[in-house]
Amino acid sequence: MEPFTRLDAVAAPMPVPNVDTDQIIPARFLRKSRKDGYGQYLFRDLRFDADGKEKSDFVLNEAPYRGARILVADKNFGCGSSREHAVYALWDYGFRAVIAPSFGDIFFGNSFKNGFLPIVLPVEATAQLRGAIQAKPGARIIVDLAAQQVIGPDGTRHRFEIDAYRKECLLKGLDELDFTLAKRAEIAEFERRLAATTPWL
Amino acid sequence: MAAAPRTLLDKIWERHAVVEREDGRTLLYVDRHLIHDGSRRAFEVLGERGLPVSRPDRTFGTPDHYVPTTSRDIASIDDADRRQMVEAIGRNAAAHGITVFGLDDPRQGIIHVVGPEQGISQPGMVLVCGDSHTSTNGALGALAFGIGASEVSHVLATQTLWQSKPKAMRIAVEGQLVAGVTAKDVILAIIAKIGAGGAVGHAVEYVGSAIRGLSMEGRLTVCNMSIEAGARAGMIAPDDATIAYLEGRPYAPEGAQWEQAVAHWRSLPSDPGARFDREVALDAAEIVPMMTWGTSPEDAAAITGRVPDPAAIADPERRAVMVKALDYMGLTPGMALDGIKVDRVFIGSCTNSRIEDLRLAASIAKGRKVAPTVQAMVVPGSGLVKRQAEEEGLDRIFTEAGFEWRHAGCSMCVGMNGDLVAPGARSASTSNRNFVGRQGPGARTHLVSPAMAAAAAVTGAFTDVRPLLQG
Ligand code: SF4
Repeated sequence: MEPFTRLDAVAAPMPVPNVDTDQIIPARFLRKSRKDGYGQYLFRDLRFDADGKEKSDFVLNEAPYRGARILVADKNFGCGSSREHAVYALWDYGFRAVIAPSFGDIFFGNSFKNGFLPIVLPVEATAQLRGAIQAKPGARIIVDLAAQQVIGPDGTRHRFEIDAYRKECLLKGLDELDFTLAKRAEIAEFERRLAATTPWL
Repeated sequence: MAAAPRTLLDKIWERHAVVEREDGRTLLYVDRHLIHDGSRRAFEVLGERGLPVSRPDRTFGTPDHYVPTTSRDIASIDDADRRQMVEAIGRNAAAHGITVFGLDDPRQGIIHVVGPEQGISQPGMVLVCGDSHTSTNGALGALAFGIGASEVSHVLATQTLWQSKPKAMRIAVEGQLVAGVTAKDVILAIIAKIGAGGAVGHAVEYVGSAIRGLSMEGRLTVCNMSIEAGARAGMIAPDDATIAYLEGRPYAPEGAQWEQAVAHWRSLPSDPGARFDREVALDAAEIVPMMTWGTSPEDAAAITGRVPDPAAIADPERRAVMVKALDYMGLTPGMALDGIKVDRVFIGSCTNSRIEDLRLAASIAKGRKVAPTVQAMVVPGSGLVKRQAEEEGLDRIFTEAGFEWRHAGCSMCVGMNGDLVAPGARSASTSNRNFVGRQGPGARTHLVSPAMAAAAAVTGAFTDVRPLLQG
C-alpha cells in the first residue's frame, strides 16, 4: 500500500449530500478488470453523456479542477453499496482524500484499506472549504496526516480526528492483514472457547 | 452489584471480541461469512498472498448478482465478463471447500434470502458478507453487516475483522398497522423520518408491537433497508417467531444442541433499562402505503401525498439537489403521487422476494390484468421460494395476469445481469435503492411494497393499494 503523509493538491467541490457508490461507479463496470484502470469509470454517468461525450457542467470537467486530488463533498458521501470499486475509481482517477461531514460506513472503512483518506470535518468547516475552492477554482488544500490538519487555501487550519492505528497504517503504508495474522494464536484460542460454549455454531 | 443492563448489540459484541486494542478497535470473530458472485476479487487477493481460507466450514455462498433470470444455464450468459463472475464463485468454492449453492441447485438465490432460508443465519451470530444488505440477516437477532472486498479477504484469511463498536440506536414502532400497509412501508417511513444518513455509525435495534407483530419475512424487509438510513446494521431481538422460523431449517442446530441454542437465544434480548445512544419512535397507525419520488430512499412520501416543491426549501444546496432529482425523475412539483404513470414493474430483490411478498402481490394481481402499457416481472428470491410459490399456484396467477415469472437472482434491483429498465422509463420496484441509474442509465425508480407494485402493474399507475385489497 502507498503511504499517505502529506498532500498539497487542487481540490474540487461537490456540494451534494448522499453521493452514493452507484454514482461514484455504476454497477455495470464492477465486472471490469482493475488492470485497465477504474479512473475512466469514476462518476461515469455524471461526467459523460450516453454517447461518451464529456458533460460540460460536471465539476471534474471544468479546466481548473482537472488535476484535483482532493474532493470536498457533503454529508453521507459514499453511502449505498459496499463496492470497494468506488475507492478504486477515486484512486485510479487521482484522488487521494475526500473531506465530508459524514460518510457511508462501509465506504469509510474501505478507504483506509487502499491508502485513501476520508476526512470528517464539521458541516460548517466543510462548507467553508467548499466556498473557498468555488471562489477560487483551482485553489489548493493541504492535508497533513501526521498533524491531523487540513489547511484551506486561505490558511485556515482545521483539525480532524482519526484513530491512531488507522493513522499509523496510512502513514507507513501498512496492511491490517499482516497484523491480524500475527494474532493467529489468540484467534485459535478464541475458537476453542467458542466451540466449548456454543457448540452449535 | 448487579451487572449493568446490556443491549442485544452489547451481548453479541462482547461474546465475539477476540482482541481489544487501546484505540478502541476490536478484533471480532465472525461466525458466518456469506459470499456471492461479486466476491471474486477477495479470492484473488488471497491467491496473491498465498493464504488459505481459514474456515471454509463457516463460509457459505451462492451466485446472485450476475445470474440470468431467464435460464439456469451458465452457458446462456452471453457476456463473457458476467459469465466469468458466476463461474468464479463455483471454482473458488471447489478450490477452498466452501459450500456454494450453484445455479443448478434449487437452493440458489439472493444471498440474503438464502442465508435465513437455510438456517445459516442465526440469533447471536456475527455475520458478514461483502454486500451492504447483509443487515437483512439481523432480523434473526444477529449482528450482521456488509463489508468491502479487502475486508472479505481479511475474513477469508482469518475469520475475524477489525471493527469499532457502532453506537446503539433504538427505533420503536408501536401500534397496529393498517391493512395494506407492509413492512416495506414501515421502513420507508422510518427512512423518510430520519434521513439517508440518519443512522450513520449506529446499529439499529427495531422494537415495538408493530415490529413484533411482523412475520420473519417482514422483519427481514425492515432490517434489509437499515443501510438506506446509513446504519451499519439492523437487528430485531429473537423471540418465539424467530425460534419457530428456524426450527427444522437445514443448517439450524438439532437435538440437544437445539435446546442449548434456544436457551442462549432467549438470553439475547436487550435488558430492561439498557442504554441506547439514540431513540426514535413512530406510530404504526399513522403509516400509510409509501412510495419514493426522488433519487434517495429518504425521498419517500405517502401515496396520498404530492411531489414536494423545491421552492419551499430554504437551504439553496438542498433545493438544488431536489430540483435535480425531480428533473431526473421527470416530475413536476405539486403533482399528486397517486396517478403517476408506470412503464415497468419489478417485484423482487433481497428486500421483497420472499414467499409472503409474492403471496401479497399475487393477491392483488389475482383476476386482474397487467395494464397494456406496463411490462411487469416477478423474480423470486431463491429457487426454493420459486418452488413454493409454484406449489401454491402463485406463478399461474402472475402469468395469467401478464407478469413474467423468472428464475431467482438480484435481477433488476441492480441490473448487473442485464435485466435493465430503459433510459427514461418509470419503474415501480420493490427493491431498496432509487439512486440515479441504479436500474440502468436514465431509469426512474420508485420504491414501493409488493402490494403497491402489483397495484401499479394492474392499474398502469401508482395508486393506493388499499381499495384494491381483496378478500
Ligand atoms: S437484490 Fe439488490 S440489494 Fe439485494 S443483494 Fe442483490 S443487488 Fe444487492
